[in-house]
Amino acid sequence: MKLIRKQFDKIKPSFEKGGKLQAFRSMFDAIETLFFVPNTTTKSGVHIRDSKDSKRLMMIVVIAMIPALLFGMWNTGVQHFLSLGESVDIMTAFWYGFLKILPIIVVSYGVGLGIEIIIAQMRGHEVKEGFFVTGMLIPLIVPVGVPLWMVAVATAFAVIIGVEAFGGAGMNIMNPALTARAFLFFAYPSHMSGDAVWIAEKADGFSGATPLAEAAAGHTANLPSVMEMFMGNIPGSIGETSTIAILIGAFILIYTGVGSWKIMASTVVGALVMAYIFNALAPADNAFMQLPGYYHLIMGGFAFGAVFMATDPVSAAQTSKGKYIYGFLIGFIAVLIRVLNPAYPEGMMLAILLMNVFAPLIDHYVVQANIKRRLKRASVKA
Amino acid sequence: MSEKEPLFSPKNRKLIFNPLSKENPITVQVLGICSALAVTVKMKPAFVMALSVMAVLALANVIVSLLRNTIPNRIRIIVQLVIIALLVILVDQVLKAFVFDVSKQLSVFVGLIITNCIIMGRLEAFALANKPWPSFLDGIGNAAGYGLILMIVAFFRELFGSGSLFGFSVIPDAWYIKNGGFYENNGLMVLSPMALITVGVIIWIHRSRNRDLIEDK
Repeated sequence: MKLIRKQFDKIKPSFEKGGKLQAFRSMFDAIETLFFVPNTTTKSGVHIRDSKDSKRLMMIVVIAMIPALLFGMWNTGVQHFLSLGESVDIMTAFWYGFLKILPIIVVSYGVGLGIEIIIAQMRGHEVKEGFFVTGMLIPLIVPVGVPLWMVAVATAFAVIIGVEAFGGAGMNIMNPALTARAFLFFAYPSHMSGDAVWIAEKADGFSGATPLAEAAAGHTANLPSVMEMFMGNIPGSIGETSTIAILIGAFILIYTGVGSWKIMASTVVGALVMAYIFNALAPADNAFMQLPGYYHLIMGGFAFGAVFMATDPVSAAQTSKGKYIYGFLIGFIAVLIRVLNPAYPEGMMLAILLMNVFAPLIDHYVVQANIKRRLKRASVKA
Repeated sequence: MSEKEPLFSPKNRKLIFNPLSKENPITVQVLGICSALAVTVKMKPAFVMALSVMAVLALANVIVSLLRNTIPNRIRIIVQLVIIALLVILVDQVLKAFVFDVSKQLSVFVGLIITNCIIMGRLEAFALANKPWPSFLDGIGNAAGYGLILMIVAFFRELFGSGSLFGFSVIPDAWYIKNGGFYENNGLMVLSPMALITVGVIIWIHRSRNRDLIEDK
């Protein structure tokens, strides 16, 4: 550790004002604070400080995503060789997926951090840490066959329009990774939906439909078994297929207190409630509406969205009561869109983005209700 | 009686050139947004739309300016509307007669020039209080400012959304994925949210270059 500190101290002067490499100050700053807690102190008022700064919080989220990422790499290989009718050992499958997914991660981080650093330099503030998570989320929520330049364009769009236009990380209204996915979904629909995109270099004649697409088409008989969907050996976006890998991530997030269990739990409840309403109302010929609620939790991106996207501390509701409402409506609307709108098989993305927009409103009314309640109590003996 | 002002005095020149940037109807006065979203998918309809608005706005400005001392104040809006409606119908008929395919693409939006806020806004704000010639210039200037933004938005939307400009494809066919290349048109550009975002980005760039346009908080 000392060695690294020494190296940083040695090259630091050239990055400071007047130094040779002044133009790269933001980049140096970003890397230095990644290794060491900055020793800046709060100048005004009394604050309680611990070492849990946002950079470390973000790293925990990235660590929580690693099970889903590793599983996604393996599953990419498994699905590929399955479509070719070959069976291979775990390492071959994993290595194949690794080589497919690594470029997407590199592009996502490269483009996003590049833009962040340029803008930080232009505006004269340090690089915000929000992109650590976004840069890892984007590869996990795209199909493995997506062309790299599309990832680059979507990442640039999400960072510039979704985040920087609102004033940088922490001020954004919508989750940047989902903004990128929504951009891809609407801009290049043929690469983001359909049966052909979910399996890398799929052999023709092998159906690559995701469980959601099968269900939306009414072929509930073709659905994989509950166990398969729970384990995640199904076609889908890279990180979304394995509910169990996501649950490990959820456990890490909840245990460290980084992700809100209130949002995750209420999202699940919301989805179940909507699914059971559909079950009660379903006509005999609509197989999707009759699907039991727990299917929705393990199909498609629901689990991933509920754990990693809905809990984004910036775009979610902030108040405790607001979190329940926010999560509940996400689950509720996600299932509603999935079942009733055949054009958008994945309702989770749209549901989270919609509720991101409503989160400040929910907070406003929760706070106002609290004020009103306390005012009433205060003026009883007037 | 003051001496006669030259036709293109500095004051009159300002009437034409200010609306292009500093008083742009779309990006600064924020008028006429709706049609900027609707007709900017392709450059050709956007161009025709800009010309139509220019014709309507300039003529309406002149007519209202001529009548400005005879229009009773309390019914001025309805008089203005009659004048605009007359001109819009004329323009619509001309378009139908000479450029029918563009007219079909523009569909209701030619008729909706009647409700284009720029026209009402300029009649109220300028033509009612000024002589015909400056009113004419003001109409040309504002319509040109409107058309400029329309063309910029349509340029990006047609280039990235359809890979063409004025209907001529600029992106080589071999680049497309279906022909073995790598490129794909951006479907979001054809949808209207992208027009809104493009206008937003134009306003963003415009204001960061002209700091005095930024409102106080």
